[in-house]
Amino acid sequence: MPAGEEISTVFGVPVQALFGQVLIGLINGAFYAMLSLGLSVIFGLLNIINFAHGALYMTGAFAAYFLLQWAGLGYWWSLLLAPIAVGLLGVVLEKTMLKRLYHLDHLYGLLLTFGIALIIQGGFRNEFGSSGLPYAIPSQLTGGYNLGFMFLPTYRAWVVVFSIVVCVGTWVVIERTRLGAYLRAATENPTLVRAFGINVPRMITLTYGFGVALAGLAGVLAAPIYQVNPLMGADLIIVVFAVVVIGGMGSIMGSIVTGFTLGIVEGFTKVFYPEASNTVIFVIMALVLLVRPAGLFGRTA
Amino acid sequence: MNDQSGTYADITGPGSTTAARLAVEDFGAAKKGLKVEIVVADHLNKPDVGSSIARQWYDAEKVDVIVDVPTSSVALAINQITRDKGKAFLVSGAATSDLTGKACSPNTIHWTYDTWALANGTGSAIVKTGGDTWFFLTADYAFGHALERDTEAVVVKNGGKVLGKVRQPFPTADFSSFLLQAQASKAKIIGLANAGADTTNAIKQGAEFGIVKGGQQFAGLLVFISDVHALSLEKANGLVLTEAFYWDLNDKTRAWSKRFAEKQHGAMPTMVQAGVYSAVLHYLKAVEALKSDDGTKVIAKMKEMPTDDPPFGKGVVRADGRKIHPMYLFEVKKPAEAKGPWDYYRVRATIPAEQAFRPLDQGECPLVKK
Repeated sequence: MPAGEEISTVFGVPVQALFGQVLIGLINGAFYAMLSLGLSVIFGLLNIINFAHGALYMTGAFAAYFLLQWAGLGYWWSLLLAPIAVGLLGVVLEKTMLKRLYHLDHLYGLLLTFGIALIIQGGFRNEFGSSGLPYAIPSQLTGGYNLGFMFLPTYRAWVVVFSIVVCVGTWVVIERTRLGAYLRAATENPTLVRAFGINVPRMITLTYGFGVALAGLAGVLAAPIYQVNPLMGADLIIVVFAVVVIGGMGSIMGSIVTGFTLGIVEGFTKVFYPEASNTVIFVIMALVLLVRPAGLFGRTA
Repeated sequence: MNDQSGTYADITGPGSTTAARLAVEDFGAAKKGLKVEIVVADHLNKPDVGSSIARQWYDAEKVDVIVDVPTSSVALAINQITRDKGKAFLVSGAATSDLTGKACSPNTIHWTYDTWALANGTGSAIVKTGGDTWFFLTADYAFGHALERDTEAVVVKNGGKVLGKVRQPFPTADFSSFLLQAQASKAKIIGLANAGADTTNAIKQGAEFGIVKGGQQFAGLLVFISDVHALSLEKANGLVLTEAFYWDLNDKTRAWSKRFAEKQHGAMPTMVQAGVYSAVLHYLKAVEALKSDDGTKVIAKMKEMPTDDPPFGKGVVRADGRKIHPMYLFEVKKPAEAKGPWDYYRVRATIPAEQAFRPLDQGECPLVKK
């Protein structure tokens, strides 16, 4: 295998070490997948390009921190409560602001959510500074396994498994259940769906709430790995948007698969040419857009 | 001008502005009939943004001196602009030792610390206590490269070996891949040639991947007190680091830091912020003595006059623009040893002023006559 030979000669590392990088990539991919999934759901059903997604992911991490500091509730409670809190915040945003923009061009929604993101981030930064706050890994998930080729921290394994479950769960709900069918129908023809006695505006509100709750959930998952930092979302959101574009705007499966795949691609780049590791995703995006403007899994309109 | 909102905002940011205001207040500018105006801008750690702000300030807004400027790439750009315009530039935030080396300028003074001093302090201390094989995680821009270069020189000079290095994009949130590479290198010491959130993330994730348990050690080559605060003592204890200033050094630093903290939600000053205070105070003294604010002349005057201020005590400015004062080698305390908030460091060694910085004749600065 040429790639294997290259790495053993260039870095003096056995091919096995590459397995380690694949696994690491998968973990980062888990975050990309969860965030881009939320974005896709929101875009698919609301036609809103939600730039506030990164800020809400950060809010999820902060919610976990607050729950611990002020209410004494640990990680497991946060995993449940923080997404609910972020989801409620999303519902309020949708009810009061986003709702007024559906009949306008995409650009208005983009500008509004971008503004919301800046306000949330600025507020947190003013209060808590930019160095971030510490959040410990829950005691049940500390430690790790020695896999022979690498040391796998228990917490990272948990992140991958948990996010795969969440992603697949979301996909099943939207593609395979009656509720999902309503949702998809409502995006195609809201008037007709309303005629069947279904409350479409409420469904849209809840969808937005659910989409951003996913971001909040990813934030809680991220809190023990990264510092809980007001800027954590701003750094990630641009990459996540690239993932969504590559996967195809609005395609649920596309964003899950692309999220994990790009995580792995990025992992490899970090071995072969680390300087390019935060550019590689955008290079891929440009190439994909040239060949398939609708994205890998997108339907051409 | 500094980073008001990004990775380095807690190290420099609004705290540096507060420090500059304190300096103007302590100098008694109002009483002496000098009108001092402080303007603030956020350069977003981007050289192009910093350059255009600097040009506008110098050309249109009559700014005489730019202070602080973290992020070495931005500082190097402004260093050149200041020289072209004949203004004054007092660097506290940026680290690259090139500012007093091949890029030295008659219009620039490098105040607080530099990569040579960090390498000399932390690097040699670690090699001497047995850490003789190194792997570098380096931020991929001017600062990281300079810090890696200066540290590598110290390591090799003291008989150590560099087994590998990896250049991480700036900023990076996830270090796991790089940490695996560092682990595979089997180096005893993982040198972090980065700063701010990059450093804290690497150390935090290093604990997760069992780096320290596996017998390897981190050397944070540039760690600020705000980073230790963010990491908490549980994660940071045992780190060896070099700084020019710590609030709890003596009565003067304690009294000054207390005044600072009252204006900054209780946060203690970093060495960069203390450096901004010291630099602005000395600049104003030079302007007063000279009765002129011509950039080139003031900088020359600042080099003539000895410095004296609460955070750093007595010092001098060298011909190459290097401000000279002692550096301190600190070790981060264990959680049980801390007596109160911000009680983080124990002094391991004081590096006397004359040994703390690169000798004048080794910097390749064209201003220094051979």
